[in-house]
Amino acid sequence: MSPRVNDTVLTAGLWLGAGASGSVVLLIGGFLVWEAWPAFGEIGFAGFVRDASWHPSEGRFNVVPMVMASLLAMGGALLLAGPLGLLVAVFCGWYAPRPVAVVTRRVLELLAGVPSVVYGFWGLVTLVPLLGRWRPPGASLLAGTLILAVMVLPTVALLSEAALRQVPGAQVRGAAALGLRRWAVLWRVVIPGARGGIATASLLAAGRAIGETMAVLMVCGNVVQLPGFDSGGPFAPVRTLTANIALEMGYAFGAHRSALFVTGLMLLAVVVGLVGVASRFGSPRPRKWVRQGVAVG
Amino acid sequence: MRRGGVADGVAAAMVWASAVLVVGVFAWIVGDLVIGGVGQLSWAFLTAEPLDTGRAGGVGPILVSTGLILAVCLATAVPIGLAAAVVLSEAGEGFWARGVRRSLDVLAGVPSIVFGLFGNVFFCQVLGMGYSIAAGGLTLACMVLPIFVRSAEVGFRAVPEERRRAAAALAMSRTTTLFRVLLPGALPGLVVGLTLGVGRAGAETAALIFTSGFVDRMPESLGDSGRALSIHIFDLSMNVPGGDGNAYASALVLLGLLLLINLSASLLASRFCVERS
Repeated sequence: MSPRVNDTVLTAGLWLGAGASGSVVLLIGGFLVWEAWPAFGEIGFAGFVRDASWHPSEGRFNVVPMVMASLLAMGGALLLAGPLGLLVAVFCGWYAPRPVAVVTRRVLELLAGVPSVVYGFWGLVTLVPLLGRWRPPGASLLAGTLILAVMVLPTVALLSEAALRQVPGAQVRGAAALGLRRWAVLWRVVIPGARGGIATASLLAAGRAIGETMAVLMVCGNVVQLPGFDSGGPFAPVRTLTANIALEMGYAFGAHRSALFVTGLMLLAVVVGLVGVASRFGSPRPRKWVRQGVAVG
Repeated sequence: MRRGGVADGVAAAMVWASAVLVVGVFAWIVGDLVIGGVGQLSWAFLTAEPLDTGRAGGVGPILVSTGLILAVCLATAVPIGLAAAVVLSEAGEGFWARGVRRSLDVLAGVPSIVFGLFGNVFFCQVLGMGYSIAAGGLTLACMVLPIFVRSAEVGFRAVPEERRRAAAALAMSRTTTLFRVLLPGALPGLVVGLTLGVGRAGAETAALIFTSGFVDRMPESLGDSGRALSIHIFDLSMNVPGGDGNAYASALVLLGLLLLINLSASLLASRFCVERS
């Protein structure tokens, strides 16, 4: 083959691969909508909100308790992991001696790589019995929140640290020259300067927390109920949307199966929304390279 | 002492305390699993068939299934992801390329259980693969694609502009430029992406429950259902009373493998100055 034909084939192949990568998300959205469609007809939007309970075999599909459980677990995890992650980020960038900072960063990276099923297993054999001794049954919204907090902490810490580092050094030196102490420099100059990046970090962590399945499935107890104060508040077992899919997908059919796909679609929509908002705050991706199209047209 | 000094001291104490807390939790988790699992670990455990639904015996066939799922995943994700990364780094500012980038950003955030739903419909049912290693591997391929593309793109961008110009000045074709100049230069980024992808795929559970399934026999082909190590841990701890001992050992094996993979990814990344994720 002549080089020109070769090049045409290559370019076509590359764009084919790129197109395939780009269309995965469309395929996912498309098939989810396709499978969820019957539920909108049979159950309707009102059914998901107003039915008496979640008993798919009896045709009742109220998802509100599970939505609340998912949101509360996510919110609690962010409340814990957000400030803590930011402090750890500050530690790595400002307080720790260099070798300690390097080790801490490695630990964060390793924590980020621990599989969710291992977090879940650890929660099941260590955390849940511990909580159970204090306030039975142990498997609860609180257990799920704590595990989620540990899981999303590396995301918050690593991304926040990257954001803190992008604050211009001149501002930091200027603040120091004004006689501000270290914490004042951080609190008044560096952290406000990195607001956007920290917000992005929290949003991505929120996405991770709400989509997490295995860990919450293993430690939350999986009882479908509103996590209200009459039922024990944070110590009551709950079931999240994700756990519900994992538990029931194996035997669901008909409207039940469709309903599960509706909840999957809800998760997808929330995450797409979060990613969309996060990218508004400016992605950390460097954009300084402007290509002249040397290799691909 | 002035008031600012007190605040400074309190802040320093909190910062140090939070760092100690995080490292402590990590040590607690790893320590727990080591203490619980190291007694069961042996060569026999790694090679034997699981007996009595996993309470006794080992994880031999499960390790094989896990390996096969990962192999299918990489064999699919790497070529496609490589093409996408080249397009994004070399023509990354056009309309279509921006669309691909945006769509990969969203894909990176899709929850794993949603991948499971999609894989179950698309690969198991529409493409007729049933619960199989192939379906599980392909589902994971969709999942690791954004991770691999991101690292690979950084790798391609790290190739100095002068080399592209030199290649063009030598009248090298695009094909030659790609294979002789860009690919070798981007190798570190590709390796990091590959390692991160393996780390993510190996850790995955929720996406596999309804795609590769639970069968714990030795798989005979990619069309067989095969149980991944992560699913084995889940099943033993949730569905098999008395399975905790082997669950500990399996969790330790999985954790060890993944810590090793992720550690090498971050070491490689810092060695080659490639930005992680």
